[in-house]
Amino acid sequence: METPDQIRDRLLARFPGASVAVVANPGPAAQHSLLLGSGEARAMAEFLRDSPGLRLDFCSNVTGVDWLDREVTDVASKTIPDPAGGPPKLVEQRTKRLQPGYLEVVYHLYSVELRHGPVVLRLRTGNRSDRVAVPSLTPVWRSCEFQEREVFDLFGVVFDGHPDLRRILMWDEFKDHPMRKDYVEPDDYEWEPTPHADVLAKARRHYPAAAPAAKEEPAP
Amino acid sequence: MSFSLPSPLESAPGARVRAVRDPFHGDLLEVSMGPHHPSTHGVFRMNVTLDGETVVKLKPVFGYLHRNHEKIGENASYLGSMPYTDRLDYLCSMTNNWAYALAVERLSGQTVPERAEYLRVILAELTRLLNHTCFAGFILQDCGASGTPLMYAFREREKILDLFESLSGSRMMCNFQRFGGCRADATPEWLEAARALVDGYGAFLDEFEELLTGNEILMARTQGVGRLPAKLAVGAGITGPMLRASGVGYDLRKVDGYGVYPRLDFRVPVGADGDTYDRYMVRVLEMRESIKILRQALGTLPGGPVMDPKARLRGFRAKPGEVYSRIEGPKGEIGFFLISDGGPNPYRYRVRPPSFINLTVLEDLCLGHSIADTVVILGSIDIVLGEVDR
Amino acid sequence: MRDPATPTAETPTSAERDELRRQGILLTSIEEIYNWGRSRSVWPLQFGLACCAIEMIAASMARFDIARFGSEVFRPSPRQADLLIVSGTVTKKMAPQVVRLWNQMPEPKFCFAMGACAISGGPFKQGYNVLKGIDRYIPVDIYIPGCPPRPEALLHALMQLQEKIRGQRLTGPSAPPHLQAGAACDCPVPAFGGHDLEPPKNPALWQPPVLVRKEGA
Repeated sequence: METPDQIRDRLLARFPGASVAVVANPGPAAQHSLLLGSGEARAMAEFLRDSPGLRLDFCSNVTGVDWLDREVTDVASKTIPDPAGGPPKLVEQRTKRLQPGYLEVVYHLYSVELRHGPVVLRLRTGNRSDRVAVPSLTPVWRSCEFQEREVFDLFGVVFDGHPDLRRILMWDEFKDHPMRKDYVEPDDYEWEPTPHADVLAKARRHYPAAAPAAKEEPAP
Repeated sequence: MSFSLPSPLESAPGARVRAVRDPFHGDLLEVSMGPHHPSTHGVFRMNVTLDGETVVKLKPVFGYLHRNHEKIGENASYLGSMPYTDRLDYLCSMTNNWAYALAVERLSGQTVPERAEYLRVILAELTRLLNHTCFAGFILQDCGASGTPLMYAFREREKILDLFESLSGSRMMCNFQRFGGCRADATPEWLEAARALVDGYGAFLDEFEELLTGNEILMARTQGVGRLPAKLAVGAGITGPMLRASGVGYDLRKVDGYGVYPRLDFRVPVGADGDTYDRYMVRVLEMRESIKILRQALGTLPGGPVMDPKARLRGFRAKPGEVYSRIEGPKGEIGFFLISDGGPNPYRYRVRPPSFINLTVLEDLCLGHSIADTVVILGSIDIVLGEVDR
Repeated sequence: MRDPATPTAETPTSAERDELRRQGILLTSIEEIYNWGRSRSVWPLQFGLACCAIEMIAASMARFDIARFGSEVFRPSPRQADLLIVSGTVTKKMAPQVVRLWNQMPEPKFCFAMGACAISGGPFKQGYNVLKGIDRYIPVDIYIPGCPPRPEALLHALMQLQEKIRGQRLTGPSAPPHLQAGAACDCPVPAFGGHDLEPPKNPALWQPPVLVRKEGA
């Protein structure tokens, strides 16, 4: 099968000016993925499905990933000429900046006809709050229908052009998107007999230490 | 069906039956089947719109068993998610374990000893026998054969569960595979018992098939019902026996060749019509092939350890990266998508559930058939709600 | 009022009654024969939620054979069922339907919480959509621990239930609520809210356990 770089070149040859990039996967599996720009994503997906040599007719898996805002440190080295006339100095400049988070939709494609795969596609939203739309690939692969609804339900990604975009797993009145990393679940378990630190912290919130001294167990 | 519906019939949750006036075709009836319904295989719900007895619209409703497997998996260690995979498709815990173990092995580049690979194949094929036998019992139950075929099926299931229990300590939730091998080794007595079971299984299948395969009621209820064309099946992501019943010979044991399947000799049965009867027959034929695989694997099981001595289970961390890995489960392609950020638990943990995606075509299969057939068609998809809703 | 089932000098003890029965004389009371009949024909609702439902089916199949206890008649309709076996994880999306099914069952009715999930949420307790125990909404008679409980555990629970039914009084202050005038038998059905079920529990039935935390713990 063609490598992701070859597929990218083919896509760029067919769609000049489109935004396609290869996202490297550093792990041992080395399943590199193609990051498609939202503008022509559906046309590119159709091309991948229909073009001979690829024939990616089977979209196996669709899922969302939530990437939070994070702080990244850029390191830039700069040469500063010495005002005293000596040799120029090499100075490392570290700048911290906030990389805004985004939601990502990942598609795993295979070819049933040619029996190869996977080709991994990624679509990214602008941010995590108001620009959360990506084009739906359900018109290209029918198997995306329920899985995109699931990503909409649990991550809050809005799929433009999806025929029936409703919540699928949670009830319709539900307001949150529970698979997001910053989702806070309802605090509805009052007691938990396990010694996990976060669970104990929760138990402390529920049971303030105003305990009657008579019931206190003797210290070991 | 060549008329248009008067208006979109959106149903409110909890709506039972509502009559909608159609000036040309009498009343359309909206029926909410489920989530408590004896034939929906759990807490599945279908909102069906009927013209007389004919289905004109069907919308599945999910989520009644959505127990947040993926969220819990992202907060648990890699090893800690293994028992949860048992409870995905709770009939086939061994194949779920394998799919997850394989995904973690590919994420971290681990290898598995030879004996463990064979043991995995043996346990996966036993699971396939168990699942398909129960499937045959359940679909006959859906056709109205109340009790008897299911009793036969569960009699055989108990025999396989006895094997699982003596190997792993639990009947249903085996929690047996580990990344790097298997949790325990099979004793010679266990292998002898497995061989005896495999040798006797063919006779059971003969008996079962004599009861069912040529049965006129089964044929009348299933032949020509719920036809699934191959093109639609591939496009809708249908996998497993349901895809092969539509004539597409796509079996991951052959295509991906994971484990030691390339060394074993077996065939992939495919259907011709893609109807409900084919979906039943493909599974019966697959059981015959599974018996063949089991005979070979039990005959050539090599010695050695079942666990990679270098494998680390507690405190396991994977290098940053991601993997999508899939195997051929009894219900279809079960895959795991893991993203590691180098931490003790996966950053993203996703299950590709075969029976959830196989339900994509439920409406297409049921349109134009009678309401009684929807039950049989749903049965032929072979869903388990633990995996559909996760 | 004297409790009719308590043996006194006039009423024979159970050993004496067994001896009389061997000689062909059956001594009984309405209450006793009524409870005897009820306890031997507990019809469960054919209602499976998750993994435990498979073990419930296994309990009704040939090897475990729940028919030995008179409970093989799984009724699809709650109107005909005596026993609700909550067999599996109750999600928040499913909880209103479970409560509705319970309300649709006629008295006298009983409830099993089968498996860790139905008791407390079990392994899925941390799930945002998982109800942490069905006893937050409906009264549970018997809890069956296990994940899933073996079919034998279900049979054992059934025998415990039979014991319980045999011990029930038809009259007096210890009679079950449905035999007491004015006692409410229905449970309020929770509604779907924006973030959780509303209310998150039925305070008349369930309150969080009172914990005493040590100073500094």
